[in-house]
Amino acid sequence: MLSDLQKNLLKEVAGLEAIPNSAVNIRIDGKTTVRNESSNVSITSKNDSDGIEIRVKANTKNERVDLPVILTKSGLTEILYNDFIIEENCDVTIVAGCGICNTGHQNSEHSGIHSFYIGKNSKVKYIEKHYGEGDGNGLNILNPTTKIEVDENGYFEMDTAQIKGVDSTNRVTTALLKDNATLIVHEKIMTHGSQVANTEFTVDLQGVNSTTHVVSRSIAKDTSKQSYVSTLNGNNKCNGRTECDAIIMNNGKVIAEPKLTANHIDASLVHEAAIGKIAGEQLIKLMSLGLTEKEAEEQIVNGFLK
Amino acid sequence: MLELKNICYTVNTQNGKKEILKDINLKIDGKFVAFTGPNGSGKSTLAKIIMGIVTPTSGQILFNGEDITNLTITERAKKGIAFAFQQPVKFKGITVYDLVNMACGKKLKVAEVCAYLSEVGLCAREYVNREINASLSGGELKRIEIAVTMARSASLTIFDEPEAGIDLWSFNSLISVFERIAQKTQGTLLIISHQEKILNIADRIIVIADGKVKNDGNKQEIMPNLLSFSTCNALKDKEA
Repeated sequence: MLSDLQKNLLKEVAGLEAIPNSAVNIRIDGKTTVRNESSNVSITSKNDSDGIEIRVKANTKNERVDLPVILTKSGLTEILYNDFIIEENCDVTIVAGCGICNTGHQNSEHSGIHSFYIGKNSKVKYIEKHYGEGDGNGLNILNPTTKIEVDENGYFEMDTAQIKGVDSTNRVTTALLKDNATLIVHEKIMTHGSQVANTEFTVDLQGVNSTTHVVSRSIAKDTSKQSYVSTLNGNNKCNGRTECDAIIMNNGKVIAEPKLTANHIDASLVHEAAIGKIAGEQLIKLMSLGLTEKEAEEQIVNGFLK
Repeated sequence: MLELKNICYTVNTQNGKKEILKDINLKIDGKFVAFTGPNGSGKSTLAKIIMGIVTPTSGQILFNGEDITNLTITERAKKGIAFAFQQPVKFKGITVYDLVNMACGKKLKVAEVCAYLSEVGLCAREYVNREINASLSGGELKRIEIAVTMARSASLTIFDEPEAGIDLWSFNSLISVFERIAQKTQGTLLIISHQEKILNIADRIIVIADGKVKNDGNKQEIMPNLLSFSTCNALKDKEA
């Protein structure tokens, strides 16, 4: 049985109200508590390290796999190595996330190292949500590493969000794209207090007509700090685009550092970065609709991170 | 009813002080009132002073008998003043649906939002979930701005040059939009415009030039003079 706190965290990170019938692995305080496999999705524990291997059989369509991790004990530090193998011609959604509730005085830390292999012609949507809460002095620390390899004609879309309560995060994502492979990344981050969030993307556009679009939208409030480093290497005829759009509030700081390398004459790479406070005219417009300045600010922030 | 008493607005420039508005005194009521006059005459500034976006250097603003001179934009909006911007503001992530809801101050059904969009000639289903960003054309943004402003059902609605940035084809349908709004609305419409066709549907035209009220009357009184006035100004500009 799950406690109310665990249920709440599960809802925050995975949108789950109950244990689903589809493939699922729920890890609570360092132990797998629930595991269901399906006829197309196998989930096995690793022998050599802490973590699981998720294998999706070829031609699996419209399946969802949920892999939430929940930490409620203060002072727990864990490193997980999860491998995802998606065979050919699949179309699946994978939802992972980590919810931490740290009410104690020691730091809670979760580092998830996720490796994805996307088979030929397969399409994967990967949703990752990070959430922290707690009123103790202990820090909530999340360090996700995502390694992605997309085979020919494969498609990988990654939606990642960290909206609240994570004190420190170092997020590293690397990807290798083969012929006609596509990688789309939407990252949303909101930091407040004295939180720190560093994210780093490296995409190797190796194959002919490989495409990537990496978009980060972030808000840095109070005295929080964020840095966004995005490296695209165009090693073939390819299309790459990286965008960083950030709003700073109070004394928040944001660094955006795009780095594009074209190693091929037909590589087309673009970067765009915009950092600034909320535009005064946006506030005025919403205030002229009857919103207070604070309500207007909330609407602009919510819209921005939608 | 809106009353402007001795409104002055002065700005500091490199060449010293510049008077933008010089002692404006006006009472505005009725159904459809238009401000017109040359570019730079102070019309938009005056409209922004009414909404509270610009603070006058001196003077007093009364709305339905109450002194609103020191009220914020939000407070004036809540008292029943609405404002359609000359250049609609763009957002990131905020949709047409969101903005109409904010304008109404409550969550509407999609069909209700669509009704506002249809009023301005937009095929509602295509637009209701669109983000209000640069992917919309100038004409689309302008129509959405008008729909959002009308959704406020305010007792005084100000439109700052609704025709600016609209192509000729859209302009004709814009006129019919304003004809419909004029028939339907319960409150006062105050519209800043250079367009004869828009001025033609106004009950009262106030000509502002060089920061002052130059002329004030119904269209039969104003329009003939206005045409010669513009011609004179055009000639004067040419000589200068």
